[in-house]
Amino acid sequence: MSSAEHHHEQSIWEKYIFSVDHKVIGMQYMFTGIAMALIGGFFVYVFRMQLAFPGMSVPGFGTVNPMEYNSLVTNHGSIMIFWVAMPVLIAAFGNFLIPLMIGCDDMVFPRLNRLSYQIFLVSAIILIISFFVQGGGFGGAWTSYPPLSAKSEYNLTPWGASLWLLAVALEFVAFLIGGINFITTLMNSRAPGMKMYDIPIVCWMIVIASILFMASVGPLIAGAVMLGFDQVYSIGFFDPGKGGDPVLWQHLFWFFGHPEVYVVLLPAMGIVAEVITTFARKKLFAYKTVLFTAAATGVLSFFVWAHHQFVSGIDPRMANVFTVTTLMISVPIAEMLFVYIATLYGGSIRFTTAMLFALAFLAEFLIGGVTGIYLGASGSDIFFHDTYFVLAHFHYTFVPIAIIATFAGLYYWFPKMSGRLMNETLGKIHFWMTIIPFNFIFIPLFILGASGQHRRIYNYQNFPDLAVPELQNLRVVATVALIFMILGQIPFFYNFIVSWKKGEKADANPWKAATLEWAAPSPPPHGNFAELPNCYRGPYEYSVPGRDLDYWPQNVK
Amino acid sequence: MGLVQPIATRRSATGIPTGKLAVWWLIGSEIVIFGGVLVSYIILRHYHADWTEEAAATNVWLGGLNTFVLLTSSLFAVLAHYYMEKRNDAKKASMYLWLTVVGALTFLVVKSFEWTHEIQHGYVMTKSLFWGFYYTAAGIHGLHVIAGAVIMGIIAIQIRQGKHYNRVELIGLYWHFVDIVWIFLFPLLYIAK
Repeated sequence: MSSAEHHHEQSIWEKYIFSVDHKVIGMQYMFTGIAMALIGGFFVYVFRMQLAFPGMSVPGFGTVNPMEYNSLVTNHGSIMIFWVAMPVLIAAFGNFLIPLMIGCDDMVFPRLNRLSYQIFLVSAIILIISFFVQGGGFGGAWTSYPPLSAKSEYNLTPWGASLWLLAVALEFVAFLIGGINFITTLMNSRAPGMKMYDIPIVCWMIVIASILFMASVGPLIAGAVMLGFDQVYSIGFFDPGKGGDPVLWQHLFWFFGHPEVYVVLLPAMGIVAEVITTFARKKLFAYKTVLFTAAATGVLSFFVWAHHQFVSGIDPRMANVFTVTTLMISVPIAEMLFVYIATLYGGSIRFTTAMLFALAFLAEFLIGGVTGIYLGASGSDIFFHDTYFVLAHFHYTFVPIAIIATFAGLYYWFPKMSGRLMNETLGKIHFWMTIIPFNFIFIPLFILGASGQHRRIYNYQNFPDLAVPELQNLRVVATVALIFMILGQIPFFYNFIVSWKKGEKADANPWKAATLEWAAPSPPPHGNFAELPNCYRGPYEYSVPGRDLDYWPQNVK
Repeated sequence: MGLVQPIATRRSATGIPTGKLAVWWLIGSEIVIFGGVLVSYIILRHYHADWTEEAAATNVWLGGLNTFVLLTSSLFAVLAHYYMEKRNDAKKASMYLWLTVVGALTFLVVKSFEWTHEIQHGYVMTKSLFWGFYYTAAGIHGLHVIAGAVIMGIIAIQIRQGKHYNRVELIGLYWHFVDIVWIFLFPLLYIAK
């Protein structure tokens, strides 16, 4: 079948702004996500400066007052999860990769796809507007616990709180629409011959993540409506004085919030699977194990949420149950990491920038996973709760997911997106300038947390036990490392922009990879393939004995 | 300007038509949204025996009438599908879709009388948490009824123009879902005193 029927003259508006092409929509998601990451990165720079040098005028911002501090922290978290990790990992990679990797010309519902991005863009704009309204942006933490989030006399941001909630709710709607599109596309539109176990792992992971998102976000959408009514009409769903229950919000939030961790983790795991198989020139060790452990993680993730609430006044017997389920969920994740390490064993490894980021993901995420065990056990969590130990733990999971794995994917698929190669030397400089400062930020924060440093404190000078020089020095180390990490992104942006325009031309398959997207031209035209491919084998047939080439593409007979 | 349908939309590796698959996933995502409201309601109601007094003010007869109206409209949706799929009769199918729309509108008219009466007697959303849930849950459901009626009207017109015959079944699936949600809301909000 030819896709020539798709070609007709398109205006710039049609081609880039209101496009229904899955690749363009994927790019729109990616660039919006990167723009939001710059905002979220600027916010963390400002409040880390305040913590390291309290009261000092922050270059580029000025002095930070307590209200601004709360708003910066809250929106840093919200942006990085809802407007960076989700759009980049799920929507950008999902949109760009799924149709290419399963060998078809577009998503099944191109116009729904466009609608999904437009709703997402509106949600991002509403969030940005909320920083400038009267009272400033919402400052009640990304978890938005009532009564702080429900009553403007407590949070003092009557407009900011409601706009934040509206933006989050719209973002959910965008990803529900996008998710239905991803799931349906993977189920129905695979190339002829592509069976269940021939689907590249990253496609599986994005679709499993979409299913998890869909199954977990509903109660929070309901909760957002209820919280919105509490804010505007003071109905009291979460107000004990009116018969409501503030812990109910925590249940609704974390019933979504914990699966959400896996919603962003699984696509990152998928990206890493693609990168390490290609650059180890080896078949993925135990494809089915990866798939089934991902499914097991998904199921278990619905039974762990209350480990966020060990100190919220839940029944202690329930805390026992959730401790057990939480420790159980580390088993499939550990299994996945072992499988990836086994894939490397005996491979002929190529240390490209993408591969370095993928390997760094495994190492850094491991630290995040292991420290999570202390927090999943209710006994030790009571000590660690709401300290910087928790903060360092989840940044050791989220930074590998949303930053490191994203870079692995960007460096790996850049030739497919742009038709050109990125500069490897600049890439490696960027890699080390990201990874080294990253550890220098968060290892001090682990130590601070274990020393009892509480989260959400504007100025530690007000707490004599925490204002001691040993602890203050660690705060300075973390902040200076953060500045290095932010500066370390300059080589990336330079490399990305210059290579996109003037980089060395890439052929269709520069990495000699076996999955279907490399059968399309780089960059793929509207309609993707000159001739839609058939699929004859699994996605990771590298170094097959008896063949001349060390890779065997899925579409070659 | 119409969009050229991609080849992806025409493929069916599962054997289930793409549109139908998507509607089922949509319904799946809606189940958890309504599930969230209703489970919150049930848990809080469990702790508040006094809500029975509030619930006594709801009008079971009008609620029952609306249940009957919605169930009947679902029957029309089934008949529309029957005439479209089995008899290939777009005219009859379109007529039954319009009858379903009439059912939806009747439901909304009854509901607005009911709510007007309740609001005039002081049973407003902020009176107590029971009424908060009453208006929130039924309100979200009402929005789904409105959306369903609008889409049904569009499809009724489209099939008379000889296109999108498969959508009769899709809107039928959605309409049954809206109906089933009401089957949960009615006993929880009206009957349980």
